[in-house]
Amino acid sequence: MKFNLSNAAIPFMSARIGGFIFSAILIILSFGSFFYSGLNFGIDFKGGTLIEIETADEVNLADIRSNLNSLSLGDVQVQEFGSTKNILIRVEQQAGGDGVQQNVVELVKASLDKNITTSISYRRTEVVGPKVSGELIQSGIIAIAVAVIAMLIYIWFRFEWQFSLGAVIALVHDVILTIGVFCFTQLEFNLPIIAAILTIVGYSMNDTVVVYDRVRENLRKHRSKPIIELLDQSINQTLSRTVITSVTTLLALVSLYIFGGSVIKGFTFAMIWGVVVGTYSSIFVASPFLKYVDVKRDWNTTSAVDSTK
Amino acid sequence: MLYFSKTKVLLIFLAIFFASFFALPNVFNQNQLSSFPSFIPSQKVNLGLDLQGGSHLLLEVDTEEIIKERTETLSFDLRKLLKTNDVSTANLRVLDDSISFSANQLPETVIKEIEDLSISNTQNILQTSNKSNLVVENNNGLISINFTDEFIKQAVSNAVSQSLEIVRRRIDELGTKEPSIQRQGASRIIIQLPGLDDPERIKSLLGQTAKLTFQLVDQTTSYDPNNPKKVPIGSEALESDEIEGYKYIVKKRIMVGGENLVDAQPGFDPQTNEPIVSFRFDRIGAKKFGKVTQDNVGKPFAIVLDDKVISAPVIREPILGGSGQISGGFDAEQANDLAILLRAGALPAPLIILEERSVGPDLGADSIAAGKYAAIIGFVAVIIFMIVIYRFFGLFADIALIINLIMVLGILSLLQATLTLPGIAGIILTIGMAVDANVLIFERVKEEIRNGSSMINSVENGYKRALSTILDANITTLIAALILFFMASGPVRGFSITLAIGIFTSVFTAFTFTRFLISLYVRRLKPSNVGLSNEV
Repeated sequence: MKFNLSNAAIPFMSARIGGFIFSAILIILSFGSFFYSGLNFGIDFKGGTLIEIETADEVNLADIRSNLNSLSLGDVQVQEFGSTKNILIRVEQQAGGDGVQQNVVELVKASLDKNITTSISYRRTEVVGPKVSGELIQSGIIAIAVAVIAMLIYIWFRFEWQFSLGAVIALVHDVILTIGVFCFTQLEFNLPIIAAILTIVGYSMNDTVVVYDRVRENLRKHRSKPIIELLDQSINQTLSRTVITSVTTLLALVSLYIFGGSVIKGFTFAMIWGVVVGTYSSIFVASPFLKYVDVKRDWNTTSAVDSTK
Repeated sequence: MLYFSKTKVLLIFLAIFFASFFALPNVFNQNQLSSFPSFIPSQKVNLGLDLQGGSHLLLEVDTEEIIKERTETLSFDLRKLLKTNDVSTANLRVLDDSISFSANQLPETVIKEIEDLSISNTQNILQTSNKSNLVVENNNGLISINFTDEFIKQAVSNAVSQSLEIVRRRIDELGTKEPSIQRQGASRIIIQLPGLDDPERIKSLLGQTAKLTFQLVDQTTSYDPNNPKKVPIGSEALESDEIEGYKYIVKKRIMVGGENLVDAQPGFDPQTNEPIVSFRFDRIGAKKFGKVTQDNVGKPFAIVLDDKVISAPVIREPILGGSGQISGGFDAEQANDLAILLRAGALPAPLIILEERSVGPDLGADSIAAGKYAAIIGFVAVIIFMIVIYRFFGLFADIALIINLIMVLGILSLLQATLTLPGIAGIILTIGMAVDANVLIFERVKEEIRNGSSMINSVENGYKRALSTILDANITTLIAALILFFMASGPVRGFSITLAIGIFTSVFTAFTFTRFLISLYVRRLKPSNVGLSNEV
């Protein structure tokens, strides 16, 4: 088997304009999708009730739906979840504050027990009231913002502001595209997705740092090399690592996506997407960005940690 | 970078040994573990509620209700005080958290007395403070009275502590295994009930404040559904628990309250065989109850629970022994629950359920099985891939990966951190990302060889040069994991824990164990080709 990217000399930089346009289109589509269809918030953020049941025999979803609709609880969604015997029921948040949400569970359970003839087991019950869902949205947004700012400061501290800015632009790019893909696919956006986005922030940063580290090293070694050549060289030198690590991470994540069960599918999907987008943005967003800012060429006067020593 | 002192080697292996030692219990079942000698650790990984099944409830103490009640009590005392001081007032209004009225003349001495009112009114709460807990404002004859913020804070805090204690007692009475009951923030309580997937009974137990009172029935009038507002002053209309739609008119004055109960037990009436709750008063309660029943023989009294009349029996003879029984047409479980509620005491304010997450044991077991399956397949895929790409070095990285996973498991068991479903995802992600440190190093080594360095020098320099990159790259992921740890709770927090542990162990093994293996290989076997790949 031949696998060697070690001597690769792919002219990434000459494709940079194409990369920028591609990213710009995706970002515009993400915003469009966000304003057109928006995120499909799960009960973590929207409040409401979720009940997952497993039935001994297959049951007619339409029957369940009409039975539950007759309870007049507002919007009720009934769908298969992973298999035909697993059913997920979502009931929208009821008006009247936190106290009244609990009634939904009793009403739905009573209706199911009465109308479904085969035996039912209740696998999962989640009720989130308006107070908690509001707080979860808030803390989710704060967590992502804090993470991005923390990265900005760390990279600034370890490199230079130009690098820090480039890394954070790539990071925000990845977060926007991840939220965009959730708007587009209308996959449920819940609490674990926030965790996935934070992991993407970490991963994307990880990838960018590896390339930037090499850029910095090359800047020290080749002081007069044109920046475009230098960036191309750095990307190519780290390309083999970038690809191998992405592949091992994706191998693990795809295995989790296929075999890890329905509960965690959305979370895994977000991370797979994030790894792909994060790898792309390190090469096509974060690195070319350095061409447009005046990166320091004389590193010998700095006190920054020298990795070549 | 290739030389290891004997102490260093010893330390590396000790670290791995200890981690494996603590990970060990996880491969045995509980019976096997109990038969082992005591020096072997027996703590397995602590499974989260989403994996072992159980219920999570987030409750909030209804703090508005506390202030409302305080304001009401204050208004009684205030009216009395104004009356004794002959102050003529108009528009006296009692709001949820303040009282206002207009008075043409309100002498300073009366204002002082109103302020002092708060001290006696709230004595049991702020005993040490002699300062008034009220703010009295006189705005051109319009008087408004508010509690101070400090007092409200203290009252809420006390109510929450008290609620916490009562919630604990009620849950303990039900005998669920290892419940965890914790306070969160100013007015919230988190309850975790492992193994309980249908918390209906607990929710109904917690949903009642269980304020029990004995009040006399007002016999001067009876409830008129056509004229529901017709209730004599000093009496109130309370719903019947037994007869739907019927209301009793009872006197507001409380004969005895639930706070004077010392015991309550479920039982059966020997004559009717109906479930009952028998109770016993403390000395003060027995005395009060004895006196009232003595004075009111032949009259009915109401047993009131949370503003509902359970029953209203007629007093046949004075009850002087301090014990009695309640029957109200309930079944055995209801009698049992009522006894629990009475023993545990009344909540100072209602509890509101803000959030519930319950997972059945089946789903938990399915999640563990699916997680294991996904981990094994991902693991095998990564192992094969690494060998294909890096040959011998890939094998070393794979051995390191196995040690990595054992260490993650060992550290999780040792810290007794909670493993959740997203936590398993974190471990699987670690499988994919843990090889990164080694990949960075190996790529460096290959580069050095290509630049014409000798084998040993290449490996030496490869490690040296990759170090700062590896640290930078992993610190960024660690920052993300830390932020997640502090911002999140529950299952998502479990993810940040495994992710962070995975980062530590992967960097540790890459720079100690794998490096040791590779240095042995390069120095002892002196391979002509490093075995990194067939391309070099």
